[in-house]
Amino acid sequence: MSETVIEVRGLRNQFGEQVVHENLDLDVRRGEIIGVVGGSGSGKSVLLRSIIGLNQPRAGTVRLFGEDMARVSAARRNAIEQRCGVLFQNGALFSSLTVAENVSVPLVEHHGLPHALIERLAALKIGLAGLPPEAGAKFPSELSGGMVKRAALARSLALDPDILFLDEPTAGLDPIGAAAFDQLILTLRDSLGLTVFLITHDLDTLYTICDRVAVLAQRRVLINAPLAEVERQDEPWIREYFQGPRGRAAEHAALTAKRI
Amino acid sequence: MQPATATLAADGVRILLAGDWVLAQAPALAGQVERLRRQVGASTVLDASGIGRLDTAGASLLLQLDEDSGRTDRFDGLGAHQRELLATVARAMRAHAAAPRRPNGLIELLANAGKAVEHFWRDLTELVGFIGLILSALARSLVLPQRWRVTSLFFHIEQTGLNAVPIVALLSFLVGAVVAFLGATILRDFGATVFTVELISYSFLREFGVLLTAIMVAGRSGSAFTAQIGSMKAREEVDAIRTMGLSPVEVLVLPRVLALLIAMPLLSFLAMVAGIIGGAMVCVYTLDISPGMFLHRLQEMTQVRHFWVGMIKAPLFAFLIAAIGCLEGFKVSGSAESVGAHTTSSVVQSIFVVILVDALAAIFFMEIGW
Repeated sequence: MSETVIEVRGLRNQFGEQVVHENLDLDVRRGEIIGVVGGSGSGKSVLLRSIIGLNQPRAGTVRLFGEDMARVSAARRNAIEQRCGVLFQNGALFSSLTVAENVSVPLVEHHGLPHALIERLAALKIGLAGLPPEAGAKFPSELSGGMVKRAALARSLALDPDILFLDEPTAGLDPIGAAAFDQLILTLRDSLGLTVFLITHDLDTLYTICDRVAVLAQRRVLINAPLAEVERQDEPWIREYFQGPRGRAAEHAALTAKRI
Repeated sequence: MQPATATLAADGVRILLAGDWVLAQAPALAGQVERLRRQVGASTVLDASGIGRLDTAGASLLLQLDEDSGRTDRFDGLGAHQRELLATVARAMRAHAAAPRRPNGLIELLANAGKAVEHFWRDLTELVGFIGLILSALARSLVLPQRWRVTSLFFHIEQTGLNAVPIVALLSFLVGAVVAFLGATILRDFGATVFTVELISYSFLREFGVLLTAIMVAGRSGSAFTAQIGSMKAREEVDAIRTMGLSPVEVLVLPRVLALLIAMPLLSFLAMVAGIIGGAMVCVYTLDISPGMFLHRLQEMTQVRHFWVGMIKAPLFAFLIAAIGCLEGFKVSGSAESVGAHTTSSVVQSIFVVILVDALAAIFFMEIGW
């Protein structure tokens, strides 16, 4: 078994009276793509925000690369955060900067790189994310939904992260764009050796690229296992999720694709 | 982390690459690569067996060393994973090799100047077109009383008129006092301080009353129109209005234009009164002109046509400010940033147009002897 890069233990999140997570445990191993699924309001995004430190949990520990994020020094924490790339749901690109400048921001802020090299690296990330060269000079408002996602992915790759957090990367994309994005993530994982933490509602994504699936329900992770094992669970919610008409269609599509 | 190095071996045909080629090492590596790449020829052996960790930044520098030929087999001793990473990076870089270069400064300057002129011309034609649109919608809805939007109209009169009363009155009062002070100081040298009354009444009736109001209204209400319509445009609310078979000009623009046409003359009148009172206060307290004498001289020396010269401009300015405010709102595209940009542009354009028209009107009234 390979090394665990994200380790969540006994996590509790609460907003007012509403408890979102209670005693939540989750492990993510190096180099895998883990898909996090759950109903609306089950706290998928809150879990992501807790792991990357945007949300202070009430109780429990979050360890990234084996270090307890609540206890490490600010400098160490900063260094760890630079090893994480985050793709927010709506891209969160800075609207006053061009795509190339957006990608350059982390490079300029964290490393004293020469200007020519920054331009070169920004162009490289834009290319890795599958955008055409002329996209670099455009502003986020001039891009289509799919291109915004790719540009945001390019920015999250800027510092060569070890872990990539993706919050619904294929939401709002057409099926062709979504399938291409799935393939892109798979390619990047294989060639850059990334660990990918993926929140999604897209069953096709789950069937196509995820090594393991974590089901978030009843305030905790019900099961965290390869898809085949998850499907066999007798939990009513899981059955409904994967055995519903959409789940079966996606499974069928994935099987057909594999046969071809 | 091992420091990354690129050195020319003693035999002169091999370049030894060692250490961790990662982003953190890139600042130091960039210089070494820049120096060495000139010595790399077709026969040079690139020995990468010493490389520990490799990421995309390091891979990009490796490729740069080989003049971006993109041939991963040029590097000896790379692991399978590293070779794959290098190939991925090479593919991504190849697509970007032909990235467009920036044109030089002079051409860019000329291009920008051309764009600005074109932009100005387009703004102007759009404004004229929009005014035509408003007038035709106005003409159509005037004959159909059931399509008058009375609630909306009164809401906007309250917003742009009633709520602006304190600020317009205070500002005009203060400017009136300042003008009176200036007049008193200069006219005293000629022993003609009594002419301060005419100075105040002429300037406020003809120009300042309406001009100060127009500037305040452009800043307060013109910008508000742009922001309101702009945020509706950004959230596709304007498109929703259109799909319901309604005309955005009729629903959004007409009530605003009409409200300002009603509110602005009233505000201008208020500004004239407040300015004259401000001037009168200065006359009473610092010059020996009693309130009674001030009023007497005002009635005797100032003809009513000065009031009309000022007042006739109020609806004109109101129409221009409302039209520019609404038009800029419709030009908003997508982002929240665009709302801000167009709001600024709306205020700048309104004040510019108001002062331009005011100057033309001053020449006109002088020529006809008013």
